[in-house]
Amino acid sequence: MTQQVSLQEIATQRESGALQKLAGRQPFWVTVSVVGICIVMSMVSEAFATGENFFNITRNFAFIGIMALGMTAVIITAGIDLSVGSIMGLVGIVTGLVLNAGFPLWVGISAGLLTALACGAVNGVLIAYLQLSPFVVTLGMLSIARSLALVISNNKMIYQFGPDEELFFALGGGTTFGIAHPVIVLIVLTLLFGFIFNFTAWGRHVFAIGGNEQAARLTGVPVDMIKVTVYMASALMAGVAAILIIGWLGAVTNALGMTYELRVIASSVIGGANLMGGQGSAYGAMIGAALIEVIRNSLLLAGVDPYWQGAFVGLFIILAVLLERVRGKRSG
Amino acid sequence: MALLELRDVSKNFGAIQALDKVSFDIEPGQAVGLMGDNGAGKSTLVKIMAGNFPASSGEIRLDGEHVQFHKPVEARAKGIEVVYQDLALCDNLTAAANVFLGRELKRRLGPLKVLDYAAMYARAAELFAELKSETRPRDLVRSMSGGQRQAVAIARTRLANSKLVLMDEPTAAISVRQVAEVLDLIRRLTAQGIAVLLISHRMPDVFSVCDRIVVVRRGRKVADKAIADSSPEEVTGLITGAIELA
Repeated sequence: MTQQVSLQEIATQRESGALQKLAGRQPFWVTVSVVGICIVMSMVSEAFATGENFFNITRNFAFIGIMALGMTAVIITAGIDLSVGSIMGLVGIVTGLVLNAGFPLWVGISAGLLTALACGAVNGVLIAYLQLSPFVVTLGMLSIARSLALVISNNKMIYQFGPDEELFFALGGGTTFGIAHPVIVLIVLTLLFGFIFNFTAWGRHVFAIGGNEQAARLTGVPVDMIKVTVYMASALMAGVAAILIIGWLGAVTNALGMTYELRVIASSVIGGANLMGGQGSAYGAMIGAALIEVIRNSLLLAGVDPYWQGAFVGLFIILAVLLERVRGKRSG
Repeated sequence: MALLELRDVSKNFGAIQALDKVSFDIEPGQAVGLMGDNGAGKSTLVKIMAGNFPASSGEIRLDGEHVQFHKPVEARAKGIEVVYQDLALCDNLTAAANVFLGRELKRRLGPLKVLDYAAMYARAAELFAELKSETRPRDLVRSMSGGQRQAVAIARTRLANSKLVLMDEPTAAISVRQVAEVLDLIRRLTAQGIAVLLISHRMPDVFSVCDRIVVVRRGRKVADKAIADSSPEEVTGLITGAIELA
């Protein structure tokens, strides 16, 4: 009888305190860094803690943050998506051309997002069903999507977007309650991805695939199908970011999103996504993107030569991975 | 009536005859030890029963009904569960998440169906209590001992109304104390009327929990007898071929 009671206790016991749990998570420390830098900067620079600067910072990282959400899903499955920057460029051109031809806004957006989904589906099918390496497949897509953007735009800039141009610009460039629209979209999508990761079978299976793909397969998880949808989600986020960023920029060229893949991957990794798979979070993707932008902005305001930005961002990427390693050793 | 009947089951991969007309029965609640050297055909036999691939010829009957599985999910739907050699666990998930992997419990939330954490934790806790294992549903599998990991893999087989549990080398890579734990788990399964097929290299394990022993050599069944009528020496002879048939 006594044994039964003790087993009952063990079974219902919580793993550890909430605070201890929080301290074991990378996004927590990234948040601390972001807040810390903000506090220091508001004391050092008068220009930092202004509404205007805050508006700029949040809008600047919104686009990368949105893409990092999809990238995080891919990285959790132990994959990688190098093609997001190019898909962004292709979606930008497709949407731009469709609107430029005089179609209404919803047609342009649909065309753009369908293009993104198609690119993601090609990535996913090649990776899941033909079992090609995600690195190589998405590297190929990086080249293909960028080249298609060049071909269909004929290397011309698009700056006229037809009858719904004003609406289109308001979508990405406008504000509601003083918050830039891309930021609102980022917050909504972060909540959505957080919900999906934690409360749906799909989310659970994404983590299972990254943890032990063979085990997931044996227990009846539809591994291949989920992999395809993960790459489609990543491409779709690149598409959403593309549509928003043109509204803000007011023009699109086929160079849109070039080298963004590196910043997106950096955001996910800084936010705690593990390239070995099985780990990552929606909030981490957002706060990772925020940290990069806050560093960039702070260096700018502190008058540091902008050439140094890359060095600082790179330092934080390596620090993030180092932190991960230290924590991994302690718990393992 | 036998729970599972194998009749002249053969399997060939191209020119290689992996199994040659193997027949045996498993009764409900019985623990049967399946032994044989590497390459004798044990794994092929288990994979056919588990639905990884169909037999080339022969028949499998479950509860007297002819069955043929093409996917593991089909075998599971009929009440055949497998504990894989590497346990098929995801280290990054909790014990409860692993138990319910691929068949998560969900509840309605407006128009959506969301994971029912409370129900899964509660059911997993029940299963671990049933197995008398000190495994906590909320713990990550990464931080667990070999015995606890086994309990998670075995609890998984208890989710549905399973009739037969196939265990592929469950004691191959764990400590002596944990082996005892696993053998206890097997006894608890058979006590509840569940049949267990234990594939093992370890003679003491088979002789301590099994009722019957089946030995295969080069794809053929060379022995099928009650444990009480056999001895480790005889089985060793059968496995190596020193004894032709028993």
